[in-house]
Amino acid sequence: MSLEAYAEVAGPEVVDHLRQLARPLAKRKIVHVNSTRLGGGVAEILAWLVPLQRELGLESSWEVIEGSGEFFALTKRLHNGLQGNAVELPSPLLAGYLDTNRANAERLRGSLEEADFVFVHDPQPAPLLGFCPGRRGKWIWRCHVDASRPHRSTWKFLRGIVRGYDASIFSLATFAQPLPHPQYLIPPSIDPLSEKNAPLPEAEVREVCERERLDPARPLVLQVSRFDRFKDPVGVIRAARLVQPHVPVQLVLAGGTATDDPEGNAVLEEVRREAGDDPDVRVLLLPPDAHRAINALQRRADVVIQKSLREGFGLTVTEALWKGKPVIGGDTGGITLQVVDHHTGFLVNTPEGAAFRIRYLLSRPDLMREMGEKGRRFVRENFLLTRNLRDYLTLMLGLLHGARDRIEFAGSVAS
Amino acid sequence: MIEKTEPRPIPGTEADRRALAVPRGSAGALLPRGEARGGTAPPPEPFRFKDCAMVTLSLGKSAQNLRELRDRIAEVPVSSLAHHFYESLLAPTFDDPEYRNDFALWASRGLHDATLAERLGAVDPTEFEDVEALRRHLLEGIEDRLAETPFAPSAAAGHEFRFLKSQTVVLETGLVATTPVELAERIPRLPTGSLFYHFIEGLRRPPLRVDDFSAWLERWGPDYDGVRARLAAVDPILWSLTELRERVARCFEGIAT
Repeated sequence: MSLEAYAEVAGPEVVDHLRQLARPLAKRKIVHVNSTRLGGGVAEILAWLVPLQRELGLESSWEVIEGSGEFFALTKRLHNGLQGNAVELPSPLLAGYLDTNRANAERLRGSLEEADFVFVHDPQPAPLLGFCPGRRGKWIWRCHVDASRPHRSTWKFLRGIVRGYDASIFSLATFAQPLPHPQYLIPPSIDPLSEKNAPLPEAEVREVCERERLDPARPLVLQVSRFDRFKDPVGVIRAARLVQPHVPVQLVLAGGTATDDPEGNAVLEEVRREAGDDPDVRVLLLPPDAHRAINALQRRADVVIQKSLREGFGLTVTEALWKGKPVIGGDTGGITLQVVDHHTGFLVNTPEGAAFRIRYLLSRPDLMREMGEKGRRFVRENFLLTRNLRDYLTLMLGLLHGARDRIEFAGSVAS
Repeated sequence: MIEKTEPRPIPGTEADRRALAVPRGSAGALLPRGEARGGTAPPPEPFRFKDCAMVTLSLGKSAQNLRELRDRIAEVPVSSLAHHFYESLLAPTFDDPEYRNDFALWASRGLHDATLAERLGAVDPTEFEDVEALRRHLLEGIEDRLAETPFAPSAAAGHEFRFLKSQTVVLETGLVATTPVELAERIPRLPTGSLFYHFIEGLRRPPLRVDDFSAWLERWGPDYDGVRARLAAVDPILWSLTELRERVARCFEGIAT
């Protein structure tokens, strides 16, 4: 999708602004590195960020590190530890983690060392920095995880790796950790024109609902997320069970697994056990590219829930708000930035709290509509990719000019 | 940090602007005009629109209780204090506008100290000569509150006050207005970053409490005193930038084409 197309959604002045900011960065080489091409929010962000940076004149590229099952088992532990779980980090696994990064550094050395900016996403590829001694650009560690209360030994280990970066990016102020370099705060965003978020024909929404045998006459509550314990899918089923005696609600838990998440299948089994043979609790395992199906389910839903116990940001919340749905979200991490209690939805801490708010909303259609409109406006102003793109450009200009609080460009960037 | 000596986007020297300034809160009490247009005076130089983009940084410093807040306020750079009074207005929120800055908001939500929140919420940063004076005022207020309370109010874990600052990139847009009518025509389509730069950030640069549009209009003489008075009455802290743009544009309604 071209930048001009986004001008129609975000406003032409927003796109002009991006072009101006990008002008001093023209021809700069940017490399993004993460650990999966498909599945999860990071891959979705990079899928639009890289082409748009190119369209703005930057030489942006996206590399994916390769690793074994053992490597991803360890990085999942790092991820969980960063989110506060007490995890074991056995030395042989840590050595494998570093070896895998060393091997990837050999493979990617050319592009990484000559890049002007390298954005390394999350802990999986973080050690690449140490294996690129000939690097000439600025290296930025982008942490997408809720690191507000990391497990101490996990953070001690990771800190030793990421402290060498030139800057880091966290989604929220509460996630930022003491580090000896500038720490930028940039919330992620959604692509309003992607298959996941673009308007869909009514017929397609209906077709998806028929395929999944959803009753068009009864209310639908939806949670879309990977099958991950931090997303509390079992808690969502318990909430639905508390609602069912009062309102004939249908619950859909829709999600997939990512190639860098080895726990997905185990959690899926737990969820299926909890759902049992209840026809009103549907567990849908969708392929990572089922964007239109997810889009359709979100549009059909009456209430969207994201009852996470920890959440880096929660792009599924943004997606639901963009589609005008009120969201009941876990009172944690990035959800609190989007679900503004009593404005765009409700924040909850327990299945009981979630159940009450589901009943509360379903009995107030006017409030649901009002919250939905507010949520969509809120996303338009704050969480569309154009804002995220602008933040990345501003950060790069900032890093090029040292730690100055203010950078002024004279007439040279004028159109 | 916004240096007091930085170049201005509008023509004329700082001395000119001070002489021409109409500070907020004194609408109608115009200061003597040094260069109002006379019959033979050349027209003022064009208004050059700038734009800005901001990104937020964490300072890695936080406060758990009121005593720690005092200690951190005393030591953080002025850019951080400025951020919590001005740039945080741009943060996504539906918070009640009675809390006009992050410190007041935290006093209410974090410390649950309504008295302190009301006092801090009433602080208008544009009334101070500079951010250091604002810092002294904040410290005085917090010391007073500490003296009134037997125990320093404290926030729950995870609800600490986190000190932030902004990094700002200012750009020339290439857009100019050669007359007040052109200025009026441009404003409804102005990027919000540009509006922030000229209408909000402009208040922080000397002379304090005068936005860039008003300062430039002053050079066009008394025909635009009405527009300037209406601009001075717009409280930038109460609105989102898109709402603010509408309100600023409305101030120009009815000017001759």
